[in-house]
Amino acid sequence: MRFVYLAFAFLLTIGLIIVFDTRKVLPAPLGRLLSPQHGIWQNAEPSDAGFNEDLLLPDLQDKVDVYFDERLVPHVFARNETDLYYVQGYLHAKFRLWQMEFQTHAAAGRLSEILGEGPEGRILEYDRSMRRLGMVYAAERSVEEADKTPESKAQYEAYTKGVNAWITQLKESQLPIEYKLLGYSPEQWSPLKTALFLKYMSFDLAGGEDDLEFTNARDFFSKQDFEKLYPYLSDSLKPIQPNTPESPYPASAAMDLRRPADADSLYFRFPAGSDSITKLPPYQPNPENGSNNWAVGGTKTRSGRPILCNDPHLGLNLPSLWFEMQLSCPAFSAYGATFPGSPNVIIGFNEDISFGFTNAGRDVKDYYEIEFQDETKNAYRFNNEWLPTSKRVEIIRIKGKPDLLDTVAYTAIGPVMYDNNYRNSEKNVSNLAVRWQAHEPSNDGLTFYGLNHAKSYSDGVKAIRNLHCPGQNCLIASRNGDYGIWQQGTFPAKWRRQGDFVMPGTDSAYFWKGTIPETENPHLENPSRGYVSSANQLSADTSYPYYTGNVFPVYRGFMVNRFLDTANNLSPQDMMAMQTSNYVIKAELSRDILTRLPVEKLDDRLKKYFEFYQKWNNKADPGEPGSTVFHLWWRELEQKIWKDEFSRANVPLPWPGEYVLIESLHKDSAYAWIDDVSTPEKETLEDDLLASLKTAADSLDKLSAQNNLDWEKAKDTKIRHLLRVIDPFSRLHLPIGGGKGIINATGPDHGPSWRMIVAMTDGIEAYGVYPGGQSGNPGSRYYDDFVDHWVTGKYYRLWMMKAGEEADDRVKWTMHFRKA
Amino acid sequence: MKIIVSILLTALLGFALSIFFPWWIIALAAFVVAFAIPQTPWKALLTGFLGIFLLWSLLAWWISTANDDLLANKISMLLLKQQSAGMLILVSGLIGGLVGAAAALTGSLARKL
Repeated sequence: MRFVYLAFAFLLTIGLIIVFDTRKVLPAPLGRLLSPQHGIWQNAEPSDAGFNEDLLLPDLQDKVDVYFDERLVPHVFARNETDLYYVQGYLHAKFRLWQMEFQTHAAAGRLSEILGEGPEGRILEYDRSMRRLGMVYAAERSVEEADKTPESKAQYEAYTKGVNAWITQLKESQLPIEYKLLGYSPEQWSPLKTALFLKYMSFDLAGGEDDLEFTNARDFFSKQDFEKLYPYLSDSLKPIQPNTPESPYPASAAMDLRRPADADSLYFRFPAGSDSITKLPPYQPNPENGSNNWAVGGTKTRSGRPILCNDPHLGLNLPSLWFEMQLSCPAFSAYGATFPGSPNVIIGFNEDISFGFTNAGRDVKDYYEIEFQDETKNAYRFNNEWLPTSKRVEIIRIKGKPDLLDTVAYTAIGPVMYDNNYRNSEKNVSNLAVRWQAHEPSNDGLTFYGLNHAKSYSDGVKAIRNLHCPGQNCLIASRNGDYGIWQQGTFPAKWRRQGDFVMPGTDSAYFWKGTIPETENPHLENPSRGYVSSANQLSADTSYPYYTGNVFPVYRGFMVNRFLDTANNLSPQDMMAMQTSNYVIKAELSRDILTRLPVEKLDDRLKKYFEFYQKWNNKADPGEPGSTVFHLWWRELEQKIWKDEFSRANVPLPWPGEYVLIESLHKDSAYAWIDDVSTPEKETLEDDLLASLKTAADSLDKLSAQNNLDWEKAKDTKIRHLLRVIDPFSRLHLPIGGGKGIINATGPDHGPSWRMIVAMTDGIEAYGVYPGGQSGNPGSRYYDDFVDHWVTGKYYRLWMMKAGEEADDRVKWTMHFRKA
Repeated sequence: MKIIVSILLTALLGFALSIFFPWWIIALAAFVVAFAIPQTPWKALLTGFLGIFLLWSLLAWWISTANDDLLANKISMLLLKQQSAGMLILVSGLIGGLVGAAAALTGSLARKL
């Protein structure tokens, strides 16, 4: 009997251990997670934690000292560059390891491996899309290319060693909390992972297009309607480079840009109808990915020196995409925002120049329809020959399931993303190869390496020539007064509307005609107007000899230039006010339209909302119900005017741009789309205004009932943890204004991810803030400590520490790295 | 007296072993103490429970207090669907205590064999 008791007690103990160590019975391994010496408690950083440390590491060549200021920004002082990037890698890993690896897993289509296939297989679907797009293929090619440049090879290897020095000494108890919660461990870092991270940025910034939707639209609308709905030249456009005698465009293209002879029948076949695409890429970069940057020359500033400003608009996440730091070695000192996952300062300044970026948004990703010889996909037709494909087998590991093998055929155009195994339509199979600039081997990281080292404006321009993809509007300002902006990247020379639709892949006539010569890319240097700017608008107007693409926002750029045209005697504080401006130019431009509302037909409920709108000052500030009324009303008006026609297509169509309705109604008061084609009556604009306000009022009533009518509550900005499902690690309901088409482009989950202002005075006067914190650990008080500052539009003074300032009050902690 | 010694020894051994081994090593600590110190099975169960319960909840409380309950508030939302650092500390102690109790019972019964 005793033996039975013993056996029972023993089995009970083992059973409890299994229950609390695995996910077999409970959804979480509670013992492993809650053990104070192993689990999540170990991630609870004491609020008075210090960061002083003496480290002995094997791969260092010399000593490196790191000084942390009170915001936990490390100022790294190394005696050579190898050590500098080694320590940068080490610090990135120390504070942000989980996100670094997670982002590269996302880039490589490996999320199913750690998260499982997801609800309705969505995570697996995402992984497959990244694999079939050739993300890993692209990263592998860029590693090969970087290896050809000794500085780059040395830099990436040193950085990798630094990251791995941190990973190697990590104990289970010190693992970032996300690894514990998800139950996996970090891999060793490699230069391929850095390349994957940079390719992820290419995907985010140059991986978006609406080619499939536009192909649908071409098949559905007449040519005249298409041009009216999707004009790419807006009346509000202020191009980055205006065509003036001071900065003229190239007179003609450097190559023959005539379109193929059969384009009218094969390509511009409005409306053809039959073979529309019904399924779109499951995951597209956020179309709001964009940014503002501008630099004002000394003629417009109080100090007489240029001021450079930049705020890149990206998805808002915690841990933040950015990590602030200073890199110093005998060759240079640079300060700014860095990418955990990559060496260098990405957006920042050194002692002589400052640099910032906005996305060029050029369409460098096009689809070609491929004709395979047979179902083996071993050969495809090209210029009346059968050419062999090559195959790449993607092995996708899925947590809790067998691996998925996915074979992708590669053509001279690129990978065949869509085929019978990965269909873009329920009805038909079409084989679509994707031609993407990010597949071309390039060493884009050299751009930042060069900018960190640059001593002058011209050094900076030399550095940005290494940037091929993603194309950016590169802004540089120097201490000696020179400043300018270049739309930089490898941009295909296209004929008008080339690549807006799926192109025939059987004929080289539809290939890109070459690359626009770099010096002919839109640019503006030291202009007489005293400033340069960009906000993702069309970089040049239609007198530019190359076609630059079809979808661009205009309003932020319009506002930036309107401010700067008349501004004078500017200080960094004026620039802060501008970067955080919530003025809604679209509201100003549409007021004459909305006030045509037949007021006499309003009931009390509608009258109340209309009065909110009438009293509103066009600023999307917190506490403004008028802004909420405007945004909802305008959205419903667009729906009212276009939805009836669009819904007849039964396939996804691109929605017209932000300026289209305003400009159409201003030009044409009898705009044909006003009429609702589903009713026998002929509606007028006044009818539509009233109907759309009524629809909007239903949503407004709901908001009002929850006391959420004020703009910041209706918009409800949040910064979610990267996993998106852990609300306690996120910052929700942030009381911040702004929004789409506004300089302060803060949307619900997207916005200014790093606000920076740099006055190029001697010693540099710089300010910055990002919506996050230096630590990636949700258990640290440095996890999100900048968020409230960012929400209220405040900035931190950025400190470029100099050698000899080690005893400065601003130094709170010191890490000494020594060679073991 | 034996009870107090058992509790303290269990906690101490559990703490020391946990520095080097995974979390479930607390079971070995409770087992060894119950095996070494003669007690009735019920008392062993109680001391095993209290030894690990006190070790885990006191450590968790200590860590959480230094952290101003910042992380415990977040994790308790995640695991317990309520913001309560105290509850998370208690649950931590209970889970450790359960394993400690079962292991100590096993140790005491093994001794009797």
